[in-house]
Amino acid sequence: MSDNNTPNDWLFEITPKNKFFSLNLKEVWQYRDLLLLFVKRDVITVYKQTVLGPLWYLIQPLFTSVTFTIIFNNVAGIDTGTVPPFLFNLAGITVWNYFTACLTGTSDTFKVNAAIFGKVYFPRIITPLSVVISNLVKFGIQFLIFIGFYIFYYFQGANLGLNGLILFFPILIIIMGILGLGLGMLISAMVTKYRDFSHLIGFGIQLLMYLSAVMYPMSLIKDKLPGYGWLVEYNPLAYIIETARYMLLDVGEVSFLGLSYTLAVTIAVFFIGLLVFNKTEKSFIDTV
Amino acid sequence: MKKDIILKAENISKQYRLGQVGTGTLSHDINRWWHKIRGKENPYLKIGDINDRSTKGNSDYVWALQDINFEVERGEVLGIIGKNGAGKSTLLKILSKVTAPTTGSIKSRGRIASLLEVGTGFNGEMTGRENIFLNGAILGMTKKEISSKLDEIIDFSGCERYIDTPVKRYSSGMTVRLAFAVAAFLEPEILVIDEVLAVGDAEFQKKAIGKMQDISRSDGRTVIFVSHDLSAISTLTRRTILLANGKIVAIEETNKAISLYSSMHKYDNNFEYEIQSNNPTVTKVQIFTSEGGTLQGYKKPFKINFEITMPEDNTKNMALSFQILNHLEVPVLYDYIFDINTEICRSKGVNFLSFTYNELSLYKGTYSIKVHLSETKTKRKFQEFNCCAFDLDMIGIKEPEWGWQKNVCQYFEDGIWEKDIK
Repeated sequence: MSDNNTPNDWLFEITPKNKFFSLNLKEVWQYRDLLLLFVKRDVITVYKQTVLGPLWYLIQPLFTSVTFTIIFNNVAGIDTGTVPPFLFNLAGITVWNYFTACLTGTSDTFKVNAAIFGKVYFPRIITPLSVVISNLVKFGIQFLIFIGFYIFYYFQGANLGLNGLILFFPILIIIMGILGLGLGMLISAMVTKYRDFSHLIGFGIQLLMYLSAVMYPMSLIKDKLPGYGWLVEYNPLAYIIETARYMLLDVGEVSFLGLSYTLAVTIAVFFIGLLVFNKTEKSFIDTV
Repeated sequence: MKKDIILKAENISKQYRLGQVGTGTLSHDINRWWHKIRGKENPYLKIGDINDRSTKGNSDYVWALQDINFEVERGEVLGIIGKNGAGKSTLLKILSKVTAPTTGSIKSRGRIASLLEVGTGFNGEMTGRENIFLNGAILGMTKKEISSKLDEIIDFSGCERYIDTPVKRYSSGMTVRLAFAVAAFLEPEILVIDEVLAVGDAEFQKKAIGKMQDISRSDGRTVIFVSHDLSAISTLTRRTILLANGKIVAIEETNKAISLYSSMHKYDNNFEYEIQSNNPTVTKVQIFTSEGGTLQGYKKPFKINFEITMPEDNTKNMALSFQILNHLEVPVLYDYIFDINTEICRSKGVNFLSFTYNELSLYKGTYSIKVHLSETKTKRKFQEFNCCAFDLDMIGIKEPEWGWQKNVCQYFEDGIWEKDIK
């Protein structure tokens, strides 16, 4: 052994700060089994010791859709065209739920996992990634309900048509997941130092929902509130939801400009989130 | 022969901020940022007190570790000892990448896996088997590796019966066993262990120590072991780092480091204490060893002098006792004197007492004296403290080459051998 002659053959070095940008993909790949086990843990343990089990996944979107249908369609009279209002709302809520789950699930990464992060090292990004993936399972189950109702309404004779763009639906969902992940990582990093952000996120998401075209078509806001239409138009989430509805129900419009804008915002948010997250993971344990 | 260095720590320091928030409130953050954009150094790195928990510092910032430099060789079992708050855990946290150092760097030629406390990442809702996989993966194993060792892990933990039961139903001892079993079958080049052996029964501790010896001996893996348990440290490690107030006091052979550690706060054959209250006080303890200073010979005379200062005349029921502690702070001898048996400390001012062993039959090692002053009637305790450490050695006695290593026993007593009696 002549290690002293080759002083630079270190496997790794622990230094005060991460390099400006370092997503160690190789390391994440080494820990892929951990990612899968985390996903498995999240899916299994949520409904341990509950009677209804995974049924809870279904109850929330169904009741929300019913409520929205009563308030926004029956009372406020929002027009959903040829599509049954309930199905219109269910589509929006199912997609929106995935975003919320990703965002809230990742935004408290450091806070919730402080105990385990304080004891053992693994690439921290594994945790928010696992949240996004395990929520995909939840989304899948909720989407099945949507399909169920879709078929039900179809045989009831409702005027429903799938759009050819449906093939791109998975990509849309992935973009949504990445946006939620990026935003969540950004917030999780800030929460470690300033807890104010964890208060912000709760009602922030609620407010955001009203700006994201979940229970109304985008065209409506432009007609009725031309002065405030930009609020929705600058919201990348609105385009995702509008497009999802277009793909699933063939209503509304697809703005390719809007989608490109969404994609650009998503990529930007994701990389900024990653940057801040990486910076935080090194020493958050001292501040959390 | 060249050393095969697997891990090298250079100038490691870690600063913490005391008080409400961890590393700085908004105003400090802004100040720090303001310095940074002007290209100046972080203003808070210049200040900071040494890490002494008992004294009141002037600064909000404290150095939990300062200028730590050391090297670890491949296959070595290195111990780290120090009082509470000496910086042991901080050092381990930096080694296991849980937190980053404020300055300095650590270079490694091997993967580091840590076992900081136990049951890290255990999920109570999941079964023992599921947790083995989860815990193993957290510690850096792949599913394949774990599957191939699953039977061994379960066997080592001794929890086979409960392996498909949720971990929340386990006793704490069982959780520790399971967690240690997972970690013991990890195969990193460097294993970092903190205080695992504190829990678990004696049988399991023995098993765990044996396993750790195997790990370092047969597999050539490097272990860094932090513990308060001096006897575990002394059986497992050959070299030990002694930390105090965030700095390295010594990197020595374990036995030396341990005796240095046990002597750190005392090591004087003469102990003096100033009266601070109006209570009876042991104001001076002095030992007279057979060889002078703090060196005592085996089976030689040993004398202890006590001076007790009394606030009043005719105080009754005083009791003075002492213990001789070995280097692991285990008492090996004691004696006492009570006023109810022999009148002591009856006059105001300084009272003298002295105790002599004619042939102190302790074995080789480092010892200290623990003094205890109290009153028997009200059971009031005035003082209890350690002082006056000394080394005992076989002076003038030729040691046989076998069986007489240090610490094989602590105390000798004469007895009689007889033969041919039925």
